[in-house]
Order: sequence, then structure tokens, then C-alpha cells
Amino acid sequence: MKPLRMKITGSGNGIESKNAVEGSSPAIPELEKTARKIRRLILTMIHAAGSGHPGGSLSACELAVALYFGVLRHDPRNPSWEGRDYVLFSKGHVAPLQYACLAHAGYFDESHLKTLRKLGSILQGHPNMHKTPGVEVSSGSLGQGLSVACGLGAGLKIQKAQNRVYCILGDGELQEGQVWEAAMSAAHFKLDNLCAMVDANGVQLDGPVADIMGVEPLVDKWRAFGWHVIEIDGHDFNRILAAYGEAEKTAGKPTAIIARTVKGKGVSFMENRAEWHGKAPNDEELRAALAELEGGAAR
Amino acid sequence: MSASVARFEMKPTRFGYSEALLALGREDDRIVVLDADLAKSTTTERFKERFPGRFFDMGIAEQNMLGMAAGLSLAGFVPFVSTYGVFLSGRAWDQIRTTISYGGLNVKLGGAHGGLSVGPDGATHQALEEITLTRVLPGMTVLVPADYQETIKATRAAAAVKGPVYIRFGRAPVPMVTRPEDPFMIGKANTYREGGDITIISTGAMLAPALRAADNLASRGIQARVLNMHTIKPLDVDAVVRAAKETGGLVTVEEHQINGGLGGAVAECLVENFPAPMERVGIRDTFGESGEPDELQESYGLTAEEIEAAARRVIERKGPR
Ligand SMILES: Cc1ncc(C[n+]2csc(CCOP(=O)(O)OP(=O)(O)O)c2C)c(N)n1
Repeated sequence: MKPLRMKITGSGNGIESKNAVEGSSPAIPELEKTARKIRRLILTMIHAAGSGHPGGSLSACELAVALYFGVLRHDPRNPSWEGRDYVLFSKGHVAPLQYACLAHAGYFDESHLKTLRKLGSILQGHPNMHKTPGVEVSSGSLGQGLSVACGLGAGLKIQKAQNRVYCILGDGELQEGQVWEAAMSAAHFKLDNLCAMVDANGVQLDGPVADIMGVEPLVDKWRAFGWHVIEIDGHDFNRILAAYGEAEKTAGKPTAIIARTVKGKGVSFMENRAEWHGKAPNDEELRAALAELEGGAAR
Repeated sequence: MSASVARFEMKPTRFGYSEALLALGREDDRIVVLDADLAKSTTTERFKERFPGRFFDMGIAEQNMLGMAAGLSLAGFVPFVSTYGVFLSGRAWDQIRTTISYGGLNVKLGGAHGGLSVGPDGATHQALEEITLTRVLPGMTVLVPADYQETIKATRAAAAVKGPVYIRFGRAPVPMVTRPEDPFMIGKANTYREGGDITIISTGAMLAPALRAADNLASRGIQARVLNMHTIKPLDVDAVVRAAKETGGLVTVEEHQINGGLGGAVAECLVENFPAPMERVGIRDTFGESGEPDELQESYGLTAEEIEAAARRVIERKGPR
């Protein structure tokens, strides 16, 4: 018999990892400052790459920042630490958001960000688990991440481990049937160690989700699939942190956070515009976007 | 190794799969099994009864099952995913490609009811393309054991590999040609008959008709070498090239499309290394239909007679020595 994962008692007890970051509650202004920096990194890196997906990276920014810098038990210097919580980006196209968070957290040096999407880079166009420290699973083909999260959740349950699993999905992505297969199975297996975050920005690649293929009513749908559902303003750190806390306390069923967000949030000319789903800003646009974000910092 | 073609006991290879899973389950806590509402057919029900805490019936949702297996492997388990091969390899191919193979995840794919073995269910359920679909994936190992004994060995060998493995097995009883003591090494073909005039390379349950064809040829003075190619990927390039050099011509035999399957793999190998006359016996770019497995094999030309005829054509193409 091969030994399974060490039973982890308490949260991020750091037995194997001295550098483990315990989920504490940082001040909201601190998180807001981090979010501004992450937005800058996202835009700068996509600009340098000449391609990439700003819209969905910006809309999910607060969800990810709250997670990486307020909730997660992890150790950026030891990405495979057994006590860590898992973050899966099922919507892999927002890799810039994940990369910015990972770099800022210290998984790798920020200088890598300018190599995004370039030959030989550790930062592939979509997340690669073997090239980028902190990426748990390769993704990019939409609709698959929640299934993987279910497998992780079920495995951790067998091991009686306390690690939590977080999975971020797009609202357009919910059109994939596999997401609902996974939703069904997470409730069936009572995976209360699993939290799905739906970045409900209302816009997908071709246009508004409601026009392309409507997915509402999201709250009712997830609830009908047996999930605990929390609907929040996905840019409000107070609400986000409360939702993550509620998810962790919810027993017997997985939690879905339906985060109402704005695609392209923070850059007025990108907001709610499908054309900014997957397009890099040019020099001028980048300058304007960064200036707007700096303005936000002063406010 | 030499095998007489006399009479073989018959047993379905799927029993070998679950037999090995039971043993693996006892030896290693990390073994988990997933099925998609076909646990009775694939016979993984036996694992479910013995290790209920390590068995997941995922319902009729193959794509989610593959993703779930990926997640279990990330948590440190060794998942064996089982359903009909046609649904496993086709319905969930993108999941196998992008989540499992691209990640090099340690997930084992048990493709049941391979080939025509599902018989009367007809074309929708007959898996005739899985070898092609899986062997193009980087990092994938593809095993097609010949009989019950070899399926046990293949399943155990798959567990020992670090990375994704596809194992093909069938529903109908097939002759038990291999013996418990025969070696099984992934990527190493087994020779079941020596000969210098031609080589017949079979995979899966086609080993029995291949040996019968070789016997028939021998009675007419033609000595055929018979290789059991239980591993399609990584292909035993050495054995194929040696066969081409030493016997001058080859016939491949498979219960699968000749395009992209064993025949495709061997042809690719020969073209690059040692071109030689070759014929492919298998399903010739067509779908199956309802019928008993043996009737279908007859009807689609997967018989000793067809193999023998193909061998004669190859020998003719070789020209005078
Ligand atoms: C299976 C699959 N189909 C299509 C695509 C191409 N694609 C990438 S992003 C996207 C739209 C995603 O919309 P949504 O989930 O709402 O993401 P967000 O708005 O948060 O960026 C599409 C169609 C893909 N990556 N995977």
C-alpha cells in the first residue's frame, strides 16, 4: 500500500511548508491596490504579447485577487505543497489574470510576464501545468475545469484532507454541456470542499451571452443542480470575501458564487464590449487604459 | 514462444481487465475506478463490490468522467476509466487530449467492447477507430492485448506506467492463445511463430486467426513469422524492421479500421525505415453492422483464409528471390 496524502489538520498548518500563507483577512484597501496592479500587469502583458484576452481577465480580477491574496492557503515558493488549496481556471483564456496573480504572489519573477505567448516562454497562451509554477491543470478547451475540480474534490475527500478546491468559470462557458455534467456530479458526491465561481459578465466572444445562447436564470439553475448558491457583485471585495467564507462553512453541498461583473472592468472603452474579449491594446490604447487605472488609484 | 493452433479455451478479455483491477485494488490504495453506467458490461462492477469507496459510477456522462479522473490523478490517485471504447475514445476525445494527454496525467483508459465484439448492437457500438484516435496523442501508450491472460498483464503494466494509457479489450469470448508465463513488456512484440518467408503481425484477438493462417501456409511450404503486437504505441520498430529485412514482406491483421490503426502504424514505420511489400487485413474504411461477432469477422474478412490470401499476394509482390 502506497501512502496517501498526509492528513491535514487545521488550515495551512505549514508542517511541510514554512512559507505557507495562511488565509487571513487583509484590509480591503490593500486588496483594491493589488487589484489595480494586477489590472496593469494584465494590460501590459497582453500589449507586449500582441494578443490575448483582456475582457474576461479584467472582469474576474477581484474574484482572483480576493482568492490569491485573501483566502488561499498556499506557498508560492513551494507550489506543490500538499496542504495547499487548489485554484483551477476552467476559463483558461484568462491566463493573463492567473499569471499576474501568480507573479505578484511570488510563484515566479514578474519579468516573465513580458514573455507571454512568446516561443519558449513559461507563460503559454493558455495555462500549462508543466511550464508555469502554480498552474494546477492545463486548460483552454472550455467546459472541462469543473470536472477536474470534482475529481480533486472527491480525491481529497477520500484522503480526508482539508484542502479546498476553487474553480473559475465564464458565463458563456456554461453553454458547454460538460459543465452541467460536472455540476450534477459535484452535488451527487456532496463535494463541499468545492467552490465554483461564475464570472457572470454577460458577454462572450461573439456578443452578449443573452443574445448568443442565454444561460439564465443562473441562480435557479445551480440551485436546481443541488448547489449552495451565492449571488454577489463580483467587484465588491466585502461581498467576495464574505461569499468565500460562506462557501467554506457550507457543509454537504458544493457552493457556486454567481459573481455579477463587468467585462473589461476598469477600462471604460473595454467595458461591456465583446470586441475586447480577445484583442490586445495598441500603444495608445494601453497608455489610455493605464492612465485610467492610475486615476482610479487617486480616487 | 511457439503456440499450437489446436484448440484454445475461450474467455472474454474484459474479465481480464476487472481481474487485474481487483488485484491492483488490493495492492495499491491509489487505484480508483470510474465507469459511466456500464459497470456490468465492462465488468468493473466487481471492483465496485470489493472497493465501494474507490469506485465512482459517473452516470452517462463520459466527458465529465474523464475530467473527474484527471482531477483524481492530480490528487495522487491512479484512476482507471472504463466504458465502451467507442464512447471513451470518441465522445471524450478532447478531454483525453487537452486535459489528460497534454498534462501527461496518470489516467488509464479502459476501452471495453473493442472491435466487432459487441456484435448485434451494431455499428453505433462497435469500436473500430480507437487505436487511431488514441495513438496520435503525444505521450499516450496504446495496448491491445490478445486474450484474457494478456489483458491481465496489460492492465497491470498500464498501472506501472506513469502517464496516460489506453487499453482495448472486448466483450465476446476469444481464444486464450497466450500463456500465463509469457512475458509482457510494453513496446515489445511477442513472437508466436518463427518463419523466414513472410511476417504476419496481429493485434488483439486476431492472434488466433493469424496463427491458423500461418499453419495453413506452412502446410504449403511457406514459413510465416507471427508477431503479436500487443503494444501499438510505442511501436516495436525494431521487430517490424527486422521482420521486413528477414522475411521481405508483411501482413497486418486487426479488428479495427486499417487506416491509422496497426496497419497504419506499421506502414509508417516501414516507409521511414525499410520499405517492403505489405498488406493490411482489417476493416476497410466502412462502418460495421449487426450480427454475431464471428459472423461479422467472416463478413468483414477477418479470417485465417483472408490472412493467408493476403500473405500470398505479398509473397508474389516480393518477386523471385
Ligand atoms: C471548447 C471551446 N470552444 C471555444 C473556445 C473559444 N473561446 C475562447 S473564449 C470564448 C468565449 C468565452 O466566454 P465566457 O465563458 O463568457 O468568458 P469570458 O467572458 O469570461 O471571457 C470562446 C468561445 C474555447 N476556448 N474552447
